[in-house]
Amino acid sequence: MQMNVLSQQFAKVLLSVLLVMFMSVQLSAQLIEIKPEYQQRYHAILEELRCLVCQNQTLADSSSELATDLRVEVKNMLEDGRADQEILDFMSARYGDFVLYNPPVKSHTLFLWLGPFVFMLIGVIAALIIVSKRSKSEQGITDEQQQRVKELLNKK
Amino acid sequence: MIRAILPIAIFSVLAGFLYVGLYKDPSLVPSPLIGKPIPSFQLSTLKDADAIITQENFKGEIALINVWGTWCVACKQEHAALVYIADKKNIPIYGLNYKDDREMAKQWLVDYGDPYVMSAFDASGRIAIDFGVYGAPETFLIDDKGIIRHKLVGIMTADVWEQQFVPKIKLIQQGQ
Repeated sequence: MQMNVLSQQFAKVLLSVLLVMFMSVQLSAQLIEIKPEYQQRYHAILEELRCLVCQNQTLADSSSELATDLRVEVKNMLEDGRADQEILDFMSARYGDFVLYNPPVKSHTLFLWLGPFVFMLIGVIAALIIVSKRSKSEQGITDEQQQRVKELLNKK
Repeated sequence: MIRAILPIAIFSVLAGFLYVGLYKDPSLVPSPLIGKPIPSFQLSTLKDADAIITQENFKGEIALINVWGTWCVACKQEHAALVYIADKKNIPIYGLNYKDDREMAKQWLVDYGDPYVMSAFDASGRIAIDFGVYGAPETFLIDDKGIIRHKLVGIMTADVWEQQFVPKIKLIQQGQ
């Protein structure tokens, strides 16, 4: 009984911690007021951009000061009527392609784009070789073995 | 034979990549601004709110542009090196004071020495965005035509100066 109460309390604490974490992410993206007609594009663009201060976060998630400034920048550009691509170009002109979660295909990003397919091809070829080798080595069983199988099965 | 070598080969390649990765700083992102002219701007100078400063004030000779702020701990760490370079190395250093308080910044220069020919005062950080600044301190090397030739993210030290800046400056002086 005691245990039950404790674990319930623990669950409550855990739940509230998780909720708070989730809220802070939501808040950082929404602190900036933006006209409703731009909301959807605004959030979509923020998800496309990496925050350079905390590199594994998007501009939407990051609570760094730079991310906040850049969110304001995105908002202003949207309200100025700039196209999505123009905004992404603005960011990559200043911070490099690294800010784009969807990097353009260029000579130095070619491996990034083609790599997975190359590895998949290698995997498929390896699998085919292994399978064909295995099927060759399985010649079936000899009559003698067949006889023994029957014996074993009929033993009971 | 191939059965024995192949796994070892794959492992070595992977281990090689990871080993190199160990010594790379992922926070250093190559700047797309290298080879481009410094962004245009119009700000007040740090010392005089009425005096206007633009990119033209930074141009004319090989120079450093240092992004700094009093709130930035690493800026304090590198400050002595900047004072030293300004004093001994015959190269002008311009400051871009980033998201700072004007009075505090002025006091800082009084307290720790002023290596800057002049500082532009970028309270909102908007101009720093055009410079692609993502973590002060940052130091740009510009050539005599105002083209950005190198960018340092992090602390300037005597070693960094010798290893990264001196060779680049020589190249510029040779007209490359």
